[in-house]
Amino acid sequence: MSPTDQPPGPAQSGPPSSAARVLTVSRLRKSFGTHQVLQSIDLAVDQGQVLALIGPSGSGKTTVLRCLNGLEIPDAGTVAFGGGPAVDFGPPVPRRQLTALRDRSAMVFQHYNLFPHMSVLQNVIEGPVQVQKRPRAEAVREAEELLARVGLADKRDHYPHQLSGGQQQRVGIVRALALRPALLLFDEPTSALDPELVGEVLTVIKELAEEGWTMLMVTHELAFAREVASEVVFMDGGVVVERGHPDVVLRDPREERTRRFVARLLNPF
Amino acid sequence: MDVDWELFLSSLWPIVQGGLTGTIPLSLASFALGLVLALLVALMRLGGSRILAGAARAYVSIIRGTPLLVQLFVIFYGLPSVGVVIDPWPSAIIAFSLNVGGYAAEVIRAAILSVPKGQWEAAHTIGMSRRQALQRIILPQAARVSVPPLSNTFISLVKDTSLASLILVTELFRQAQQIAAFSQEFMLLYVEAALVYWVFCLALSGGQSSLERRLGRYVAH
Repeated sequence: MSPTDQPPGPAQSGPPSSAARVLTVSRLRKSFGTHQVLQSIDLAVDQGQVLALIGPSGSGKTTVLRCLNGLEIPDAGTVAFGGGPAVDFGPPVPRRQLTALRDRSAMVFQHYNLFPHMSVLQNVIEGPVQVQKRPRAEAVREAEELLARVGLADKRDHYPHQLSGGQQQRVGIVRALALRPALLLFDEPTSALDPELVGEVLTVIKELAEEGWTMLMVTHELAFAREVASEVVFMDGGVVVERGHPDVVLRDPREERTRRFVARLLNPF
Repeated sequence: MDVDWELFLSSLWPIVQGGLTGTIPLSLASFALGLVLALLVALMRLGGSRILAGAARAYVSIIRGTPLLVQLFVIFYGLPSVGVVIDPWPSAIIAFSLNVGGYAAEVIRAAILSVPKGQWEAAHTIGMSRRQALQRIILPQAARVSVPPLSNTFISLVKDTSLASLILVTELFRQAQQIAAFSQEFMLLYVEAALVYWVFCLALSGGQSSLERRLGRYVAH
């Protein structure tokens, strides 16, 4: 696997290149009560692409992620993974279909959400062994390799509370990787970390991008997005305002709303 | 007042024996059954069905709103008049289980609700069903939270089993009562019974502490 090189310039989601398409979302809508969080969201992620979802808080970007992972049920719209069938959320979706959808992606949470009563190793192999029914020995071997890759080989028998925030989040990433998802979802993975711990987590995510993992990431780290993302999507008020190559969206956005948001993040004072 | 130490010593073993063959098995059986019932009732209250949740709420309300002694009498002395005759032991176990079920259900429900929502979400995101999430992720964490209040429920139960003496179950207190009636040494025998209950409960408190330590080993102190 090699990361897809996207040419600079606006990458309005063009005709689907179905062979390499990992995720297609169309007209996704979601309301909480009377508040419409997502108006009509279209997204497409190709194999090896890193898509950064940015926008002010309340813009709906986290809700998009949660809809893809079955943590929220959209009101309408379709979601399709790879060449699989599109799940249409207009009518009620049967649980089995929802589970199948959720199994294609894995989520890394802002607050890690590790299982506190399980060791690091148990956290990582829980999904592969209990849900995917893979042989325990194989799951353990793979977990150890993954932990070694993020520099946590010696922490396998520690409990989450014995780790720093950055270490916990790296375990969270390994837990997601161990599920072998087609798509990795990151929900502001560094927002809860002390500033000096952000780097170690971003380094891991960057390495995953270089290895060709397909990722969808909600983030406020614009510098990181510019370096790692192949496409940046700016959302505001439940709609996609602008999307394209990071150099365009983050340096020279066409939309005034994007311009204001980027300026505010880069110069908060 | 002279203490008849000879009577004290000679009656100690019969009283302890009443505890070992009456109080303790009665407490253990009722607590085990009561916990199973409590878990079911807690899950009924937390589940999606409004009918089940309502039934569970009514049950908890009735158990907590009526005296245990009355519940015991309804089962043992009341039911025979509608044709249902239950022996003393099963009557006692039914009454105490129902009682524990009512109190422990609220403890377990609160413990389940105290587990952060993120734990459910993390369980779902690794592909678990609701049942798997409950079994492997939520209940183990709820168990730790509920050990102190459930231990209190158990200790209360051990003492409450003395009420079974009123429906002719030969347990610790009934042994003391019988010796007292025979010897007319009421003060001595009832204080002695109290002491034996106290020792039992001290042992239980010790067990509670070590259980809390064991279940709390993954939590920062």
